[in-house]
Amino acid sequence: MNPDRIKLIAVPVVLAALAAAPLALGTGYWLGLATTTLMFACLAQAWNLLGGYGGQFSYGHALFFGTGAYVTAVLQVRLGLDPWTGLIAGTIAGGAIGAFCGALSFRYGLKGSYFALVTLAFAEVFRILATSVPFTGGGAGILIPLKVSPANFQFADKAGFYYAMLILFAVSLIVTLAVERSRFGAYLVAVRENEAAAAALGIDIFRVKLGAITLSGALAALSGVFYAQFFLYLDPHIAYGSGVSVEALLAPIIGGIGTLFGPLIGAIVMRALGEVANVWTDGAPGLNLALFGLLLIIVLRFLPDGIVGLIGRLGRRHA
Amino acid sequence: MTASLLVPALVNGLTTGAIYALVALGLTLIYGVLHIINFAHGSLLMVALYGVYFLNTGLGIDPYLALPIAVPAFFILGYFLQRGVIEHTAHGRDQNILLVTLGLSIILDNLALYFWRSDTRTIDVPYGFDVIDIGVALIPVPRAVAFGAALGIAALLWFLIGRTDLGRAIRAVARERQGARLMGIDVEHIYGLCFGIGTATLAAAACLLLPSFYVTPQVGHAFVLVAFTTVVLGGMGSFTGALVGGLILGLVESAGGLILGESLGQIGIFIIFILVLLFRPTGLFGGKPA
Amino acid sequence: MNKRINRRQALQMAGVGAAMAAIGAPAVLRAQAGTIKVGVLHPVTGPLAYSGTQARAGALLAVEHINATGGIKALGGAKIEPVLADAQSKPEVGAAEIDKLNEAGVSLVLGPFASGIALATTQAAARYDLPHVVDVGVVDQIVSRGLTNTFRFGPGFGKITSTALENLVKINDAAGKPAKTVLIVHEDSAFGAGMAKLLNTELPARGFEVVDTISHATPTRDFTNIALKIKSANPDLVIPSNYLNEFILMARTLQQQRVRPKGIYAILGGAASNIKFANEHNEAAQYIMDCNHWYDPRKPVAQAFAKACAAKKIDLTYEAMLNYACMQVIGDALEHAASRDRKKVTEALAASKFDGHIMPYGPTLFVNGQNEGAQPVNTQILGKNIEVIFPDTFASAKAVYPIPRA
Repeated sequence: MNPDRIKLIAVPVVLAALAAAPLALGTGYWLGLATTTLMFACLAQAWNLLGGYGGQFSYGHALFFGTGAYVTAVLQVRLGLDPWTGLIAGTIAGGAIGAFCGALSFRYGLKGSYFALVTLAFAEVFRILATSVPFTGGGAGILIPLKVSPANFQFADKAGFYYAMLILFAVSLIVTLAVERSRFGAYLVAVRENEAAAAALGIDIFRVKLGAITLSGALAALSGVFYAQFFLYLDPHIAYGSGVSVEALLAPIIGGIGTLFGPLIGAIVMRALGEVANVWTDGAPGLNLALFGLLLIIVLRFLPDGIVGLIGRLGRRHA
Repeated sequence: MTASLLVPALVNGLTTGAIYALVALGLTLIYGVLHIINFAHGSLLMVALYGVYFLNTGLGIDPYLALPIAVPAFFILGYFLQRGVIEHTAHGRDQNILLVTLGLSIILDNLALYFWRSDTRTIDVPYGFDVIDIGVALIPVPRAVAFGAALGIAALLWFLIGRTDLGRAIRAVARERQGARLMGIDVEHIYGLCFGIGTATLAAAACLLLPSFYVTPQVGHAFVLVAFTTVVLGGMGSFTGALVGGLILGLVESAGGLILGESLGQIGIFIIFILVLLFRPTGLFGGKPA
Repeated sequence: MNKRINRRQALQMAGVGAAMAAIGAPAVLRAQAGTIKVGVLHPVTGPLAYSGTQARAGALLAVEHINATGGIKALGGAKIEPVLADAQSKPEVGAAEIDKLNEAGVSLVLGPFASGIALATTQAAARYDLPHVVDVGVVDQIVSRGLTNTFRFGPGFGKITSTALENLVKINDAAGKPAKTVLIVHEDSAFGAGMAKLLNTELPARGFEVVDTISHATPTRDFTNIALKIKSANPDLVIPSNYLNEFILMARTLQQQRVRPKGIYAILGGAASNIKFANEHNEAAQYIMDCNHWYDPRKPVAQAFAKACAAKKIDLTYEAMLNYACMQVIGDALEHAASRDRKKVTEALAASKFDGHIMPYGPTLFVNGQNEGAQPVNTQILGKNIEVIFPDTFASAKAVYPIPRA
């Protein structure tokens, strides 16, 4: 079977497995962990679209995550709109900010670490703005009122949140699959591999990159919207802090960049490493996170192409 | 907003900028030669600050006199981090180098938390509150010393890279790695040396910073972003650039704080950062590699 | 060999859930007879690590004391078993830790120091009807959301600010009203920004003129500009509201730049109630006043607590005090509940009238989850000590204000 066919089958299988996961996870800690894992997997999927397929590494995906989160929160708290409108508005806003940031940086031909650093700076600018303007609640943050009802995107039990997040994650996965199979996706990979050659073939590099960052921004905003609804509280550091940007890029690199399932696998492995580190150190403050960092480096040492790369290598060996 | 406020604020901006330059000098060398963005830079600064702290509280060594101990020690540490850890785990891939330095920073920050706890530590030096009155402003003595040292260290690095055989080898590696290898230069060794020198510069920065600052396991984060900005502004790999870039950022931050308020004033740094990246990505002194 | 294990591990981890459950389950199923499990959740790593560690130390000290003096008598001398959890200074981690604590079978949770985390953890605990005693978390929305499982022992923003202002007026009046102009310096996150907002509306109503309000980020690397602004605005009184590191830098910079207001009156100032600050920067710290959480130094239990802290080399800070007191309240509630059952514990907390704690609050009285008696007190750094200067009934020294000039 060719890899394309495998993926077409794998996507529904993986989504079905994720849908069945709560049966094994119960309703407590593991389900909560799975929900945040999916949230970060969705963010990672967004990063991967731009960074993995397009080769444009962003250090500032908090920019889109935070924008999605703040837009939905501000619309609810200040304008009394419902969170589903917030979801749509937040996603659009994430895409728009992506387009804006991309238009500026790609118009001026920023690449590599220059692009990475400019995204970081944009996220910082937004963090400072969110601290300083009144309608975000400033540094005091913004609190979405607790009103449990599915119409209000607040669920009484954890499973509700899990499935909501699963749907959002499925969107990001299917969008990635669609991109992978589209002409646009082929252009994107061509731009990553060799920009000059792609340009020589008549590909409009600027438009391709702009498309990728817009889509990436919108998908990342999805996870931000979910964060806002799940925890109901945001402050500038939670939304736009560099920690979020790091989460966004860690998972795809660990899992395998530019691959369909890399972000999901990476997100799961990262949480698992965190759990292992916790158990091994018995939660000694600091030691658990230090061990997590060490495990991260060890994974890199032995799996330079991420986990998907390892699976691919094994597959080839057995074939 | 009067001149009586503006002048001392700008003088202060310059002395703060000198500290940014000190932290950025090592980063710009590592970036200019190894082409990696070292996310562990802030954490290494934190470790250096603890080193200076313990030399002072444990052995009673003045932070300035700790320079000849801390600088060689951190050179060795940096060399072995590059040769022993980064080189082996990164497999030459940019994204992996990024993650290794990120992983290192997680490890260092949290080991510091585990061993030294989260207490804010400061040292008490006899000259800590002495000031030099230059008429228009009061400059704390530790700040004045740091300012002078930043100039001196930048000059020293400039001499080392620009005027010595080692410098020529480093520049060759920075410009064309494969070519340098063919010329018989041990590229990995040069990488190690650069990482070592970059880390040693941090140790010097720590000696100069601690008398007027504090150390906690999180302290590096206060300087990482501003150090990146300094490096970009000055031009990646340029020492003159890092020095001038740091001073400019200090001034911008100070003026921004005065005009927009301390909180929003921080935005000036990042706006400059973005503008420089967009319109002059090689930085003020870039163009020609280090 | 090595590679094989790696591959197997990697594949296992990729397999959803099952592997994770296998790794983690044993840690959760550590049941012990004859104990009552109490979750102790604080941010002991990340930026809030210092406060979180202090808070945890305070809570554990109280557990030790309760267990050493016979445990929970109503439950046959059952010992309190603290189940430690780390929020890593992140709300989402705090919420996940609540899930874990729930599965570990705790009867209630104490924590989590920071407001942002508290909003997430109280909400998560409510899902399990798990009683949650909030130690510090000053944002008032924590107790105004109608969560019946949430009990905040310490005072909130509103209470702290109004008390701080009342006390300020009294201290100022008693000294012959030396202060008319005020300058506010605050950090720009939840607690400092919220405080500044309240102060800006309340101070003018009490006859003070606010000449400037300066907000700054955490961390701030340099306070010289702020010191210069204060110098040029020349207020009678400076009201800072920021965290420990920034407070230390600020106090040192004010001294360096020779800024000498008539008084420094911190509200929830990180450092003015920190004994280490008082010792290490004695000169810069002199005469700084603070309105903050603090214990009642006259109570014998409080003195015993201070002694125990000294013996264990725990810094005497408000985080430790409040958590010690919270655990005392929890011990008392468990006595009255005579049960590990969450519902009974919730009821016992709601009905709590405990006055054996170390804080200057009087008996506990939770109304809609807020301990009504909770109030901050005023402290001042005098010599090498932190003295309570107001209200008079708890005072261990007289306020030195305005600051004497040699």
